[in-house]
Amino acid sequence: MAKTLFDKVWDSHVVHNVEDGPQVVYIDRHYIHEVTSPQAFNGLRSRGIPVFRPKQTIATADHNVPTKDQHLPIKDALSKHQVDTLIKNCDEFGVELYGLGHPFQGIVHVIGPELGITQPGMTMVCGDSHTSTHGAFGAIAFGIGTSEVEQVLATQCILQNKPKSMKIEINGQLKPGVLSKDIILYIISKISTSGGTGHFVEFCGDTIEALSMEARMTICNMSIEMGARGGMIAPDETTYAYIKGREFAPKGEEYDKMVEKWKGLKTDEGAQFDLAYSFDAADIDPMITYGTNPGMGIGINDNVPNPNGNATDNFKKSLDYMGLEAGQKLIGKKVDYVFIGSCTNSRIEDLRLVADLVKGRKKADHIEAWIVPGSKQVEQQAIAEGLDVILKEAGFELREPGCSACLAMNEDKVPAGAYCVSTSNRNFEGRQGPGARTMLASPLSAAATAINGYISDARELMN
Amino acid sequence: MEKFINITSSVYPLPVEDIDTDQIIPARFLKATDRKGFGDNLFRDWRYDKNDQPNPDFVLNNPKYSGTILVAGKNFGCGSSREHAAWAIYDSGLRVVVSSFYADIFKGNALNNGLLPVQVSEGFLQKIFKAVEADPKQEVSVDLVTQTISIVGTDDAESFEITAYKKHCMTNGFDDIDFLISKADEIAAYETKELVF
Repeated sequence: MAKTLFDKVWDSHVVHNVEDGPQVVYIDRHYIHEVTSPQAFNGLRSRGIPVFRPKQTIATADHNVPTKDQHLPIKDALSKHQVDTLIKNCDEFGVELYGLGHPFQGIVHVIGPELGITQPGMTMVCGDSHTSTHGAFGAIAFGIGTSEVEQVLATQCILQNKPKSMKIEINGQLKPGVLSKDIILYIISKISTSGGTGHFVEFCGDTIEALSMEARMTICNMSIEMGARGGMIAPDETTYAYIKGREFAPKGEEYDKMVEKWKGLKTDEGAQFDLAYSFDAADIDPMITYGTNPGMGIGINDNVPNPNGNATDNFKKSLDYMGLEAGQKLIGKKVDYVFIGSCTNSRIEDLRLVADLVKGRKKADHIEAWIVPGSKQVEQQAIAEGLDVILKEAGFELREPGCSACLAMNEDKVPAGAYCVSTSNRNFEGRQGPGARTMLASPLSAAATAINGYISDARELMN
Repeated sequence: MEKFINITSSVYPLPVEDIDTDQIIPARFLKATDRKGFGDNLFRDWRYDKNDQPNPDFVLNNPKYSGTILVAGKNFGCGSSREHAAWAIYDSGLRVVVSSFYADIFKGNALNNGLLPVQVSEGFLQKIFKAVEADPKQEVSVDLVTQTISIVGTDDAESFEITAYKKHCMTNGFDDIDFLISKADEIAAYETKELVF
């Protein structure tokens, strides 16, 4: 029977079928961090059992680490306690930890791919919804809760009902200045934040095939924002080339053998999806959100929708929180903060795009511009390429790696009422700090906004 | 995990759609390393104002309402996978959430913690909101054995879905880990096989 890419990876990882119930699915790689793991380790402790396969578990500290002076002790007592608890748990249970000070430390979804741990055909989970990022490699990767983290630590397996399948095909040439972040914000604006619920999505089409690995990761990263359990992209030459030579990637003959295997990871001709959408790349403009969920996005030159008296309470509540009016233009609107970072857009390509645009320019005086690399390795590479100098001259603050102002568990918060154009993945109320007003956009849009001091179309600064 | 068989209770109506887990429990309150105590910060930024004073307009602060059932608008629990959201709801004494649509991860997290997510039709959801608007003491009854939810004292009732496995776990107070550990030999045998895609 013709199978989808998702079917192939899923079916090959089923250990046991529970009658009238879920399946026991084997997990190849388990990423953990300080926020969603402590209660799971406590669970193991109270049962008196070890981590079942500690070598398949990889830990890092990212959610509430500071982005300044990481060599000093963490000032916030609760954050410090949580990071110290992770250190203690990893030590006690024999799990490798890339904690603060380690050259591999960084956001869990940035370090997995860059270290070559994330590979095609794997099943991967983490107590973080943006685990969907790793699907860019043709892996099944999804976010889980802490009880499930405990399941995986205890047995390397998880109980899951097989999700439905969805295909999202995008074909055609992107306009200049349109990035993969714009593609995913566009798709979510079309199908809504619940449009993918219950489904696992395969992104395909020639637009997707033409994207770099890092751009593909941005798309899969935000598949959770349309409610999908995860998104995935069939591996191809771009994928194999990205993996080759990375720290934990297969080497030599082993690599060749794996590539042969990975070549089978694609949807068979005639395979059926439960739901399918297709979009034309040429319809996509740089996007920005105006509301309080990622589905509330528009082209950067468009007006906030105006339901003319038919506005729902949710829509009104959202605009009220954002301090915006139905029908108003966003372009030219003064903002206070620009945040470039998070597991969505903190990779070296993102930093290069920003550096290219801001080179020889200065940010607007009133703007606070933070650029937070996704990992120690990204930070080092930015320095090696001289991007740090360009960014500094433009008035950007290049900080140390972590989740930072994406969810503001550390000190990087946007004040109440302030506007922030952010490359992160969520614009929920209070996400960047209580009362903060977040507008999601691509790194190019964020960089252009920092330069002008108001929401800007980067294409006007390009060339 | 506590057993769940049935509950009849008045409800807290929260007719807001797309309630994300950042609203249920904001990230800054996720720094604890145990599962308890999150209830104090449930819906923190809606429940309290900037000066940490209770917001009288928020449903949980309104003395008219009480009970162990929360009724919310569609797409409840979207966003972050934080299980703390389910813990916070449970910790504050609630045992059932009723909505017309749930985000997947939240639903799984709730079921793993003895909190029952009851998914009803949009029409039935609106009926509950109307009934509670008319009478804040209106009771709703949820029976897991028959998989039925009804508005007490009326003919309005609807059946809801739950997998046989999860129903078995909830009604018996079992959790997934006990089950998975019982499969350890099968898991080890799986690990010796070569992966075929």
